[in-house]
Amino acid sequence: MFFMSGTPAACPAENGPAFVRLDNVSKYFASARAVSRLTVGIGQGEFFSLLGPSGCGKTTTLRLIAGLERPDEGAVSIGGEVVAAADTWVSPEKRGIGIVFQDYALFPHMTVAQNVAFGLKGCGREQSLARVEELLELTGLAGLAGRYPHELSGGQRQRVALARSLAPRPRVILLDEPFSNLDADLREELRRETKRILKEQGATTILVTHDQEEAFSLSDRVGVLQNGTLEQLGTPAEIYHRPLSRFVADFVGKADFVDGTVEDGTVRSAFGTFPLDNGTDPGTRQVELMVRPDDVGFVPDASGQAVVTEARFLGASVLYQLQFADGRTIHAIRPSAEVTSVGSRVSVSVDASHIVVFPKG
Amino acid sequence: MRPLPTILPKRFPAFNRHGQSWRSLPVLPLLLALLVVLPVLVVASSILTPDREIWLHLAGTLLPELTRNTLLLLVGVGVGTLLLGVSLAWLVTAYHFPGRRVLEWLLVLPMAVPTYVQGFVYMATFDFAGPVQAALRPFFRNMAWFPEIRSGAGVILVMTLVLYPYVYLLARAGFREQSGVLLEAARVMGHSPAAVFLRVILPLARPSIAAGAALAVMEALADFATVRFFNFPTLSDGVIRVWYGMMNLRAASELAGLLALVALVILLLEHALRGRTRYYQAGGKALGIVPVTLPGKQGWLASAACLLVVAVAFCLPVGQLLSWTMKELPNQPAGTLNVYAQLSRNSIVLSVLGALFATVTALLLASGIRLASSRAAFILAKLATSGYAMPGAVIAVGIIVPLSAIDHALNDFLAAWRGSGVGLLLTGSMVGLVYAYVVRFLSVSYSSVDSSLEKITPNVTAAARLLGAGPWRLLWRIHFPLVAPGMLAGAILVFVDVMKELPITMMLRPFGHDTLAVWVWQMAAESVWGGASLPALVIVLAGLVPVFFLMRVDARKM
Repeated sequence: MFFMSGTPAACPAENGPAFVRLDNVSKYFASARAVSRLTVGIGQGEFFSLLGPSGCGKTTTLRLIAGLERPDEGAVSIGGEVVAAADTWVSPEKRGIGIVFQDYALFPHMTVAQNVAFGLKGCGREQSLARVEELLELTGLAGLAGRYPHELSGGQRQRVALARSLAPRPRVILLDEPFSNLDADLREELRRETKRILKEQGATTILVTHDQEEAFSLSDRVGVLQNGTLEQLGTPAEIYHRPLSRFVADFVGKADFVDGTVEDGTVRSAFGTFPLDNGTDPGTRQVELMVRPDDVGFVPDASGQAVVTEARFLGASVLYQLQFADGRTIHAIRPSAEVTSVGSRVSVSVDASHIVVFPKG
Repeated sequence: MRPLPTILPKRFPAFNRHGQSWRSLPVLPLLLALLVVLPVLVVASSILTPDREIWLHLAGTLLPELTRNTLLLLVGVGVGTLLLGVSLAWLVTAYHFPGRRVLEWLLVLPMAVPTYVQGFVYMATFDFAGPVQAALRPFFRNMAWFPEIRSGAGVILVMTLVLYPYVYLLARAGFREQSGVLLEAARVMGHSPAAVFLRVILPLARPSIAAGAALAVMEALADFATVRFFNFPTLSDGVIRVWYGMMNLRAASELAGLLALVALVILLLEHALRGRTRYYQAGGKALGIVPVTLPGKQGWLASAACLLVVAVAFCLPVGQLLSWTMKELPNQPAGTLNVYAQLSRNSIVLSVLGALFATVTALLLASGIRLASSRAAFILAKLATSGYAMPGAVIAVGIIVPLSAIDHALNDFLAAWRGSGVGLLLTGSMVGLVYAYVVRFLSVSYSSVDSSLEKITPNVTAAARLLGAGPWRLLWRIHFPLVAPGMLAGAILVFVDVMKELPITMMLRPFGHDTLAVWVWQMAAESVWGGASLPALVIVLAGLVPVFFLMRVDARKM
């Protein structure tokens, strides 16, 4: 069991020095604060995600990195070179950045090949043609070179946008919710493929998304943003299992919060008493315990302390709602091989290793 | 051709969503909008400070007849175009009958015929001296039963025949956008087909239909030539009579003020009829109304009805013009063709100038407004493009008043300074004329340019820049190719509009600078049909260009 103080650590990139770096960056629109004193470093070759609800400042952060917005405070650097600061400004076309937008923003009057070749103006014709061909091959678009964007399906457009952004071999690839306009099964496929392509190219990638599953399945590390500030930075597993705040706990998956009290290094709650094992004493008596449904187990027991009040069949698993005598409820997720019917009395057990404790109030 | 306004309220242009800080009023669009609105303000100011004497005089002479005729004409044309336009639109949308696909488009053709051309052809054909009555005379001793064509009913008929396509096109669009599912829902809820039409389809298409009828009525209001042929003077005609006949600019502008007021009422009525409702239409993939096949005789009857309208409204005038041209051209005095060539040159010069200025103004205005993207800028755009609602006579008066004031001031200044004036610099040149065309037709080029600017999303620009494009490459490779087709289309539409335009050209042209339209009017006014026919034919042919444009746009949507 971990006790979380609620203050995020300024965590530097894990793999050596940060390749993309934001230092205390703030951006205001009118009087609204879109990004506030944001500090984050992203390592070379890393797949990094900015995760948060809409309006949390994640797209603005992306635009700040791209040079489509200028920070009001702080500095942005790419590859060790400062690209935006109070006295420095490198315009977007000189930053060596590739971007894939949510609407793809393909040039409607150009063919697929022309779109992909647009960023290759420095190199010769031969070279440019070869690079286009290589990218179309890589993204599975071979044979579509002569098509116009309006003649393509949504998935194909997304691939063209990706190929176009990769063509000039950018130092950083930015993805702005690039999968959200796709159907569910196609989205899955393209996520996997995009990840493969980007890893193959060794690209440093920053993805913006509001979909935690997407962020978790693709990223090496995730930064959770809310109201323009970084709530937490860590690997997907850290963020899921050790959220630093109630907001993160709530946002990245289903969680129940149960009241508890701290006494002599242990926490008492409706599900029993657990030791506080990372040795920190919160110094508060009243706390909240976060319990994920996958850490809750139960067995049918005629004298158990809870009743199954709802069983939602999800396919591979079933999500149960369990109600205690005092009216409190908790959720449990179990494989669907065996289904416990609504109304059954059960005895509940909670896996203490994943429980996170927050101070109450 | 007038712009066919989009019925759905335009999505508020969100250009600077992540916004630069300059949300204030853009300077350039503000200036342009002011210039465009100025003539209407001039006229409006004259009616806000009425001259008692003039009005007393007008009230005792022209005014009662002019207002009565104007109202009759507007109501008549409104009702006529609504009946014809809506029923034809419903026929081709809801039913399938032999030749429907072709007829659907043939029904738009009458739009290419200007009212004054249709007017003089009909008058020449059905008047006492015309071929129809002449042909009938041997069989009937007394022709008194033949309806008098030189009447209010005659004008209304003639105008309805060329103006109904506005209602037809917009009603058809309104019907088409409806979701078939909605109609099925209404049927399942127990409504008969007739009830569904009255309670669901018609109300849903109401905004489009209102817009179409407003365009038709505005066109009728602006006409002065046809009503004069038919001896049914309206306010537009009144303004020009007072202007030419009495050389009384003050009285003309007072009367133009009244005319502008009527136009404003039409605009407000249309707005009220559109209502506040934002009709959301069926999404792209949803099925529209599925046409029912009319069986056997009924089907042929429907084809015949459409064909009759096309024959009466388009084939008859074009055929008549052709036959006059063939018959009269050999008898024309030598040099006639040279005269026609000169007229065409004059028309083309004016049309090119009008198209050029209207397109450039539209581009500056539209891009300025998109960059500013504020509520105020949006209202500016609406204001600057409202000139289409104003009759040509109003705009002409609104421009001549300030221009001649400037001219006189300039002349006086130079006369005092150098001892001799320079004559009328502005009023005697094409400046006023081109200015007036821009005011009147800006909405045509604006809607064209603006819709192509829509393709330049902020993300397209950002993507190009991130791919290394500097400002010039961005402009040349991305922005220009995306806007060029829209600019060209807008320019062509304005070109044709200027070619057909009569009142403004009549009132503001430099002395002796006759155009095809002016020539047609002058010849027709003197009943020289043969002399009017070839230039009129050229105008009709030019008028077909926008119809083909519409067809192409429509075909792409299908």
